[in-house]
Amino acid sequence: MADLAIKPNTQLDLLNTTIDQPLVTGEPTYNSITESVSRVVENPPSKFWFGLLAITSSIMLMLFVMLGYLVATGIGVWGNNIPVGWAWDITNFVWWIGIGHAGTLISAILFLLRQRWRTGINRAAEAMTLFAVLCAGIYPLFHTGRPWRAIYWLLPYPNTMQIWPNFKSPLEWDVFAVSTYLTVSVLFWFVGLLPDLATIRDRATGFRRKIYGFFSLGWRGSAHHWKHYELAYLVLAGLSTPLVLSVHSIVSFDFAVSILPGWHTTIFPPYFVAGAVFSGFGMVLTLLIITRKALNIEHLITLKHIDYMCKVMLSMSMIVGYSYASEYFIAWFSVVDGERFAFYNRITGPYAWAAWTMIFCNVISPIPLWWQAVRRNITAVFIITIFVNIGMWYERFVIIVISLHRDFLPSSWDYFHPTYVDICTFIGSMGLFLTLYLLFIKFVPMIAIAEVKHAIAQDIEKGAHH
Amino acid sequence: MATSTTNPQESFPAEHGRPYAVATTFQTTHELLSAIRGIRKKGYRKLDAYTPFPVHGIDEALGERRSKLGFVIAGGALAGILTALLLQWWTSAVDYRLIVGGKPYFAIEYAVPITFELMVLFASFAAVFGMLAFNGLPRFNHPIFNYENYARVTDDGFVLVVERDGNHFEPVAIVELLNELGGKNTEVVHEDA
Repeated sequence: MADLAIKPNTQLDLLNTTIDQPLVTGEPTYNSITESVSRVVENPPSKFWFGLLAITSSIMLMLFVMLGYLVATGIGVWGNNIPVGWAWDITNFVWWIGIGHAGTLISAILFLLRQRWRTGINRAAEAMTLFAVLCAGIYPLFHTGRPWRAIYWLLPYPNTMQIWPNFKSPLEWDVFAVSTYLTVSVLFWFVGLLPDLATIRDRATGFRRKIYGFFSLGWRGSAHHWKHYELAYLVLAGLSTPLVLSVHSIVSFDFAVSILPGWHTTIFPPYFVAGAVFSGFGMVLTLLIITRKALNIEHLITLKHIDYMCKVMLSMSMIVGYSYASEYFIAWFSVVDGERFAFYNRITGPYAWAAWTMIFCNVISPIPLWWQAVRRNITAVFIITIFVNIGMWYERFVIIVISLHRDFLPSSWDYFHPTYVDICTFIGSMGLFLTLYLLFIKFVPMIAIAEVKHAIAQDIEKGAHH
Repeated sequence: MATSTTNPQESFPAEHGRPYAVATTFQTTHELLSAIRGIRKKGYRKLDAYTPFPVHGIDEALGERRSKLGFVIAGGALAGILTALLLQWWTSAVDYRLIVGGKPYFAIEYAVPITFELMVLFASFAAVFGMLAFNGLPRFNHPIFNYENYARVTDDGFVLVVERDGNHFEPVAIVELLNELGGKNTEVVHEDA
């Protein structure tokens, strides 16, 4: 029975590892995988790490100062004003949420599709999801001005005014979508971590052993455990897959359900989801290229991983490019003045520079990824991912600000200028993201140890016999 | 130790408490699986295996039944759907009727997104907490942690455990049998360290 169950994987070996490069380069054993991942958590942090942490946490502090200033003063400290009522706040929100999509896509969808190469990168990508969604949550929360007063119209609880949230509003759907996404991502991440935390526990002594012992919940790795665990993990992947698609669809409803030209289009849900996956893979690649070098885990996060992620990014780039073209076609085809004007104004108006930046970064710059030589050239990939990160921020800026700044009433047309608070809050949220990421790679096994062993068990045991 | 007179093999140092099981370690999944089959042929049924990752075919080898977690998760999903529909219907159409944008007080269309989200949320909670409950976690103390070689389970060891079945337990015979099947570091594990 067991041999029968294992055979299909041998087929996969032929497809994935023999013809192509192996998942883990070198001659890995179970123990060498444990060692190279645990080492990162167990070695005392380097001066380099402390230096980076000092920088990122200072930037994070700037975020807290800016948010404190905003709450104490009012949202007038941001540049938003009529007609541009949403600007950097919601641009940043959508950008961060989009980045958060790669983690779940890698963990859940690639898991269901039996893409074994995901095991090297899924943990770090999931962590990035959590941190990105946390950063995203800041903006809708604080753009209410006084978040503690927003609670009664965001969350349905029996309050003294005896009123309820408006469930007919996409903004309310968004509250549920984003908070569900954050919660389920945390659960998914933690369940994946359980066996690896137990690994660190069993190697640790003293106080560390207690801490990791506590968080691993006494995981023993018995066959009985794994039976329920595997089912729970599979179902979480199955639930996360439609969830991740729903989240950015619902974010896009915030716009698509309105009647503003530039927002009011039915293509938004798939277009937003593709854009989210695109920017998410961009950010994951940016960070992993640095991380694998800094932590000497290039044999675990290999060129093959980078190559595959580039392919996903390239295909998403094409979907995004197609969506841009489709928007223009529909605007022309609709013969609606407002629609036609909105899109004409987008590429020729005062913000044409932003629209062309977006098109260059998202549609033109990924084209070299068609060549494998480029996909396996770390420097080239890194530069392209930076373009993608910038381009996807501009995409949201283009959709939000350009659509708002010239609406139906020409007398209220205006040009949006960000204030220093806008800029510092955005940079500050990157500080929060990077600080959390630095803490993550130091305290949590950043590669799914048990999953990597599972994925290459065949190769390891074959090697052991010869 | 009243039983020690009837079963002379159960005489162990008292400070370690009663024997819990005999544990042994294998290097590969194949060795583990064939050892499980071997020991089951001898009639031992109270077995468990501890592995660094889920091993294919181990449930069949051990005679484990399929996980019933699916029913718990389905229950969670259903609870999420009902909660979301009741919440949106009762607040908008019963407790505080308010016309928004000329739309009906309640309609299934606008309720779909939140219903979907709560279904996913409740089902995920059911999956995680159901898994922990079925596994009896969190549990920070367990006799298997007394096995000298236990730390290898979360690294590279595949540990087979023959647990004591009531009062009928012949550790010496089991140790010999496991060694014959190729187990390394075979030892009797006690309930107290």
